[in-house]
Amino acid sequence: MVETTAALEAQDVSKRYGDVPALAGVSLIVATGSCVALVGESGSGKTTLLRCFNRMVEPDSGRVVVGGTDVSARDTGELRRSLGYVQQDAGLLPHWSVLRNVAMVPWLCGRTEADAVASRALDMVGLPVEDFGDRWPRELSGGERQRAAFARALAGEPGTLLLDEPFGALDAITRVDVQRTFARLREEMRITVLLVTHDLREAFELADEVAVMRAGRIEQVATPAELRATPATPYVRELLEKAGVA
Amino acid sequence: MKRGMRARLVCTWLMAVSFFPGAVRALGAQTDRSIVVATKPFAESFILGEMFAQLLEARGFAVERRPGLGATQIAFDALRRGDIDVYPEYTGTGLLAILGENPPPTGEEAYRRVAEAFRARWGVRWLPPLGFENTYAIAVRSSTADSLGLSTLSDLAREGGVLIAGFSPDFIGRADGLPGLRAEYGFEPREVRALLQAVKYQALEAAEVDVIDGYGTDGQIARYGFTVLRDDRQFFPPYDAAALVGSSLAEERPAALAALTELSGRLDEATMRELNRRVEVDGEDVAAVAHDALSVLGLVGPGGRVESGSVGRDGSLLAYLWSRRAETAGQARRHLLLVALSMIAGILVAVPLALFLERVRAAAEGTIRAVGLLQTIPSIALLAFMIPFLGIGVAPAVAALFLYSLLPMVRNTYTGVRDADPAAVASARALGMSELQLLRYVRLPLAAPVIMAGVRTAAVINVGTATLAAFIGAGGLGDPIVAGLALSNTRMILSGAIPAAVLALLVDGALSVAERSVTPRGLGQR
Repeated sequence: MVETTAALEAQDVSKRYGDVPALAGVSLIVATGSCVALVGESGSGKTTLLRCFNRMVEPDSGRVVVGGTDVSARDTGELRRSLGYVQQDAGLLPHWSVLRNVAMVPWLCGRTEADAVASRALDMVGLPVEDFGDRWPRELSGGERQRAAFARALAGEPGTLLLDEPFGALDAITRVDVQRTFARLREEMRITVLLVTHDLREAFELADEVAVMRAGRIEQVATPAELRATPATPYVRELLEKAGVA
Repeated sequence: MKRGMRARLVCTWLMAVSFFPGAVRALGAQTDRSIVVATKPFAESFILGEMFAQLLEARGFAVERRPGLGATQIAFDALRRGDIDVYPEYTGTGLLAILGENPPPTGEEAYRRVAEAFRARWGVRWLPPLGFENTYAIAVRSSTADSLGLSTLSDLAREGGVLIAGFSPDFIGRADGLPGLRAEYGFEPREVRALLQAVKYQALEAAEVDVIDGYGTDGQIARYGFTVLRDDRQFFPPYDAAALVGSSLAEERPAALAALTELSGRLDEATMRELNRRVEVDGEDVAAVAHDALSVLGLVGPGGRVESGSVGRDGSLLAYLWSRRAETAGQARRHLLLVALSMIAGILVAVPLALFLERVRAAAEGTIRAVGLLQTIPSIALLAFMIPFLGIGVAPAVAALFLYSLLPMVRNTYTGVRDADPAAVASARALGMSELQLLRYVRLPLAAPVIMAGVRTAAVINVGTATLAAFIGAGGLGDPIVAGLALSNTRMILSGAIPAAVLALLVDGALSVAERSVTPRGLGQR
């Protein structure tokens, strides 16, 4: 593994829901500026792991570190505002205009230029503020909503984005569009990304490293090329074959 | 006897229709100078109470009227607390319903017993009886009496097997009603039908039934010319009418007591029956009938006769409603005041309570169920429960309406906030909104239409329920409904019920505008 500073780090993290172990001693490092994809079936623990980083989930044991600090020592609000977040169904506030939605994080941080920051973010995701700023979320298409959600995540100027199936609900053509925009932004902004997806092709396309999860554990973390070349377990091999990326 | 019957009739109607109450005039503020004269909600009580009031006024006392208090329990509790000073009551009711004792066989003994017990226990005085007795009267069509040779209840028992009885539900159930008739006389009718007061007389006239329970001074029995059968075994307990006077008036205003006593022994059954007939059958104004009665007795001068209600029973309903417009407006204002006060209090409690429950969800279902239990308490009972704490008038009415308003507002606020757009709430939380900010900027705005819908439901229900407030002297549009029920005056009932319905529609309309205005624009048109 490449030795760089870690933007995100999980050390032996476990979490149970009742009798069901969601995470069973998971360790993961996301290097600054890299994009790591968490892949696996439903219930493999990938979303739970993602949510440990912004304290939407509190682990039972283990250590979670963001930007060099243990998250348990950080104020949750401040921590979350410092991490961009996009979920599958956008989750824009339906009673706020697109601009106000995108300006939310800078506004929460008390920044006076929140709207200007939000306008720039909208421009970056291809939603010019003069056309989209005053619209209601329900007036946007699915792809536009998801772009707006990216703009909202970026407007806080976070060093790290946590993405939970952000392309999962889009139709094939729109998905490719939004993925391209995302790839371009990542390039331009040199932002750290942890991406949860069940789509191995998407992971291979967008991520520097892919962590394959199964039943609360990480089976293998490697670059796409290494995964193809040397799948660590029969499960990983089978997964690659099923996805047609082997 | 009739008071029980009437109360029961009224309660049945309450349950059937939904809710409503009333009294004839707007209730002024109570001053310590005025003597508060109350009545129970039936014609005879209205007439006697009005006679008390006019007599007191003729002797120079200021009087405040509170006609139509819901039932014996409500009127007597109010008297005991000193909220009212006097109302007409019956010795048998005092014994059975208040003391819970079996009446002795004679009227004199019954009177002595209640006079003694009430004075000792509560300092409440029974003035000497007015002179007439008003107990159950079993009536048949005169043709039936002739053909079967009926003149006593013993005769009735002999012929019972061929007769259909139409009795009030009250009479069928109570020990001094049908069960007692069965036991004492061996009366077994061919069939018993439960009939409400309002239809009993017509049913007998139309030969749908053959025998009914009326009461001694019944105006309707006289109207139809039915034959009352003599209680030859003196089974029915004595029910002598008398003024029941609260302790403070009795102790501090001997002159008022003396004035009221002028009526003692002056009214016989025939006179009372005639007065009841004029009000119940002819639809004459209570105040005018009471004035006539007092002037015939020489207790007030013939002058200054109270003007009888401008439009008689013959004018159109619209003309009648129009003639009452000033009174109706005053009652509507009072009605709105009751609703507004209770709703404001309800909102101030329900919304914070629901927000708290949303934070402590383990307690939510149990608490909401408990609030829901309040809804199952019959309105008239809840109003009666309030009297020992809050007396009669506006305070207990507002308190009861407040309790009824809670459920829809607590439930809607709770579910509205809990279920507000989960994806939006989750993403806003993940991006760093605090729980308080989530509530303020996301959940409350998104829940606003649902919360307003709860407020709207509560307000419309309250407009209906507030008509019941008349039973505890709080006024409002229930006043003419209670009075109209008591006097068998449909138009008077409608003069309260129609404005109440209109008011409910207006309140609903106004709140639907409010609901739209709090609906966030981004949610689109509902």
